[in-house]
Parts: sequence; structure tokens; C-alpha cells
Amino acid sequence: MKPLAISAYTVTSAVGAGRAAHVDALRAERTGLTEQRFEDSALACWTGAVAGIEATALPRGLASFDCRNNRLAELALAQDGFSDAVGAARARYGARRIGVFIGTSTSGVRHTELAYRARAEAASDALPDWFDYRTTQCTGSIAEFTRLRLGLSGLASAVSAACASSAKVFASAARAIEAGFCDAAIVGGVDSLCLTTLYGFNALQLVSPEICRPADAARKGLSIGEAGGFALLERAPRSGAVACLGVGETSDAHHMSQPRPDGAVAKLAMAAALGSLPPERVSYINLHGTATPANDAAEDAAVSALFGAHVPCSSTKGWTGHTLGAAGIVEAALSLLVIEQGFMPRSLNTRELDPKLSAAVLLAARAGKVEYVLSNSFGFGGTNCSVLFGAAP
Amino acid sequence: MIACYIRGAGIAAPGLPGFPAARDTLRGVAPYVFAAETAYAPELLPPNERRRATASVRQAFRAAEDAVKGSGRDASALASVFASSDADMAVLHRICAALAQEPRVISPTDFHNSVHNAASGYWSIAVHSMALTTTLSAYDASFAIGLIEAAALVAAHRDVLLVAYDAVAPQPLLGKRPLAMSAGVALILSADAGGAAFGRIDVSLEAAAETACAVAALEPLRVANPALRALPLFELLAGRRAGIVNLRGTGEMCAQVSFTP
Repeated sequence: MKPLAISAYTVTSAVGAGRAAHVDALRAERTGLTEQRFEDSALACWTGAVAGIEATALPRGLASFDCRNNRLAELALAQDGFSDAVGAARARYGARRIGVFIGTSTSGVRHTELAYRARAEAASDALPDWFDYRTTQCTGSIAEFTRLRLGLSGLASAVSAACASSAKVFASAARAIEAGFCDAAIVGGVDSLCLTTLYGFNALQLVSPEICRPADAARKGLSIGEAGGFALLERAPRSGAVACLGVGETSDAHHMSQPRPDGAVAKLAMAAALGSLPPERVSYINLHGTATPANDAAEDAAVSALFGAHVPCSSTKGWTGHTLGAAGIVEAALSLLVIEQGFMPRSLNTRELDPKLSAAVLLAARAGKVEYVLSNSFGFGGTNCSVLFGAAP
Repeated sequence: MIACYIRGAGIAAPGLPGFPAARDTLRGVAPYVFAAETAYAPELLPPNERRRATASVRQAFRAAEDAVKGSGRDASALASVFASSDADMAVLHRICAALAQEPRVISPTDFHNSVHNAASGYWSIAVHSMALTTTLSAYDASFAIGLIEAAALVAAHRDVLLVAYDAVAPQPLLGKRPLAMSAGVALILSADAGGAAFGRIDVSLEAAAETACAVAALEPLRVANPALRALPLFELLAGRRAGIVNLRGTGEMCAQVSFTP
């Protein structure tokens, strides 16, 4: 693919709202995860809740979109001058010529859970009148909300490929721009806490009772977080500017909820993202690193097969938790911050590295020039996506 | 504008049971007769996955297998785009109902089937495809958004299977998302003109009014399911008739499709 300029970007997670909060937390090694239970969840586990969602109000004209997921989007869009940057792009390209590509796995399902709860409490057959399916539960709602919130009137696509959703938005946007369906793109991802994912991952025995410990010998599973992030992509980055340089997408074709153990197909996604860049030129890999035994082992096999044990890597889920459909954009933003700051974060909460893993997992932060960063995202359905960031040629 | 050659077409809806059987109805020479869809067991799925496949996955497979069968293409080599407004609302219903009572117990199979990309995952397993696949949602514009993505892949020299599908919800969700029927459509698109059985489409994004069905009896179906927003295009394909149709898109835009037999 042709490199795409990243003209603006922002991220909001349990760590904080906006880029500066993430830089601070990465450097201070301060997690956003807490042992607090989400609402009335009975599950004892760590979660990564975003502060301020409850107090966030949607603009009056978009009140019908009100739900936890769209509030999180609203909060995230307000950070780092992102909406203003989109406004300037809209003036340049026109509202119809900026496409919107937003990843989510569960969209507004928390709203549907509340509607079913209200129905049970009222001993009613019907869902309550306040429940609006199209604007909250529907997977497309997050793309439509983002489009309307940013004053755009063209393409609006929700990409929903489980935990790779908001990595794959970079590929969809790149294709749409190259094909001429739009001149610029808003990419992003928003996923919010809900009982569906807490109880669902728990049913699969993938939720850790402790804080998540990626790559640790005693890792017990993931900690679920919520997050929102966005980036503005344009054609023709100026030489030397940090850009999106490649995206690779493959399918394991193995199992609906387990990764292919040998990582062979995930490796193909990484190789496709690199294109002609030799693997040894990559400075740092932001791992998917969910801290489930199977994910970390399969990803390690893939990374080791392509990079050997030479390229420093870590998962940042020890800070944010696994933000599911938002993980791709969160880790894209963190990858960009790593390049800007010349700072590679360690694998947070990892006490003893699993001796069965062979990739160069960072147990201490490292400073130095960071040229190219690869970010991995994998999901249910066997979907693999890797995105390469670095200076444009 | 992106040129795509059509290698295969599939359809599965009440009264439109597969593209070959539906052809005369779509081109207006046979009357439309409503007939509820019979149960369908995806042919390409291994037994374990076939047992677990949900109604929406079966709907997607029904259209996709129809398109692949007619195309003579090796399905494993195709990239794929799955477009669905709502994925599986029966699974959503079971999970949300389970979470509204004590004890809260979600079935692990329901949870892995709850992802929007379940059909895409099952498809890659069924045809042993490691090629890229993506899954999109845009409410009633889902077909058009999927077609735009598929055309963009064709522009990048990929052969693509596009599948649009949605299945009717159980109550009480049906009251909030009142789809009148389950349905699916599929197309196999290529940048290469060689062996294109159905001619060519040129796809662009235009500010335009949606095109209604040419066959009046099909117009209620067009608005009955997001996948059937594609019916005006399928009428042109079935009739081998040149024409331009505008399909429901997002914002101010439609997917404009110009068909050349």
C-alpha cells in the first residue's frame, strides 16, 4: 500500500484521556487497571474502566445515540484537538470525501443488557420504549455516530472482526483512499465494558483473577478494559513524517475462539505488513499479548519465526487491559507515541518471563531511537492483523 | 469508479431460493411467489462447525455457497467481505436474557458465536482460506458498504467474495429491529475480465436517490432485509440488462452501480 499520513490522533483508555496521559503512564509504569468490579458484576477480576464516561453528554441533536459506547466515543473525540483537526480536513476535502472506518466488537451491547434488565424487572414481554436499537446496539451505530459528530456525510463503515477490528480499519481506509472512494479517512475503535464480554470470556475461562500478566510464566488470562481512539489519515505523507506504512490481514482457518498454535498464519500477516522492509529494521513490536496462555504462546511462535529473538517487544495490555475491538487503535496510538518519544515500554505486570517463549520481551523499559514499529491484533474467528508505522520515505 | 467483473452471484430469500432458480422472477418473467425458506445445512462446513453454526451464519453460507457453486472458482483463493447489519440477534437475545437473571450463565458457544465476524470465521474454516477477510456493518446500508469494500479490494487486484446477510431476530428484539425476513446475497468479483459469467459493474459513490426494484412485487423485499437492498442490481444481472442503480449508502451517498452485460 501507499504510505498514509497520520495528521492527527488521540487515545482514551483506563490510563487516562488523551496522549499526554498515556505518555505519563507508560513512563511511570502506572497501570489503569483496578480491582474494581464493573457495575453489578459478580466476577472478581481486574478491569480497565475509563473515568468520566457517566458524566459525558452527547450533543443534543445526537441524543438518540446515548449509550456507554457512544459516550466513550464522544469523550475520546474531545481530546488532543482531534475534532478541530477533522474540521480543518473537512474544509479542505468536503464532508462527503472523508470516509469513517470504526472498529468495535460489542458496540452498544451494554445498553441492550440494561434494556433486558428493565424488561425482567417490569416482568414485561417487550423491551422498554427508551431502547433504540439502530442508534445504540447496532454494530454500525458507532460509525454513524462518529460520522455525524464530525459533520461528515460520506462513507461510514463499522469494521467488526472481534479483537482485530480497529487494526483492520487501517486496511479498509487505505483501500478506500487508493480506490478513490474518499480522499481522507477517520479510523478508530471504540469498545466499552459490558457484562457480555466479562461473563463471556469468563465462560471460556480466559479472565484472570489477578491483574493480567502478559508473557508471564504464571499468566492466568486477560483483564478486560474499555477504550476509544481515532486517527485522521491522508494521502502522501511528507518525507520523514510518521506514517502508516503497511497492513497485513490473514485468517487462521483453524478455530472460532482459539489461535492456531504454531502462529504460522499470524506470521503471514506480519510479513504482509512489512512488505519489502527487512524484519531486522523493525525497532519494536507492540504485541497483541492478551496474557491468555494460548494467545501469548501462538503469538510468540509467530514473532520468533519471523524476527528470531532480536526485536524488542512487549504487550501494553498491562496498562489498558484488553480493550477488544478498540485494542488495534489503542495500540496504534501507543506505537506512534513510542516512535515520537524514543521509548519502548516493558511488559507491565510480568514477573517471570515464561521460559517457553523465545521472543525478546522487554522486562525493563528501553530508551533509544525507534524507527519502525509493528503492532499486532488478533481476534475470534481466527482473524489476524498487523500494522506497520514509521517514517515515510 | 472501480470496474469489477462478476464471476458468480448467489441469493437466498423466501421465494428466491438460489440465483439459478430465482432468475426468471428477478427478470420479471415469472411471478414472485412467497415461500418460506427451508432449513439449510451449510455444505462446506465440517460437522463440528456445522452443528454450532447459527441462523445468521447459515444464511450467509446459503448465499455464498450458491455464488461459489455457479462460479467454478476455488473459494479458498478468494478474499472475502461479509456485510451484516445485525449479525446474530438470536445469540444476542440469549446472552442478554441470561445476564438479566440469576445465576448469570452464558454458553461458551453462544459467546464465540456472538462476534460479528462469526460467519467470516466459519467461512475461512470451511474453505480452508487464509486469505484476508473482513466484516462490516452499516445498518440498512450494509450491502453498499460491503460492495464499496469489495470493489476497493478488486482495485487492489484481489478476487473477492462479497456476502451480505441478516437473519430475523426473535422477540422481543424483533419489535426493535423488525426485519420482515431473513435473506442473503453474494457476488464473486474480479479485476480480470477473463471468464466473467455476468459481465461488469462499475462502482462509485454518488449523492443520489435510491433505486426501487423494477419488478413491483419485489419492492417489499428490497426494504425487508439489508442484504436485499441489492435487489435492483440482481434484477439487472438476471435480465442481462445494462443499467445504473443506486443502492442505499451512508450519509448523503449511495453506491452507484453501472452494469454492462
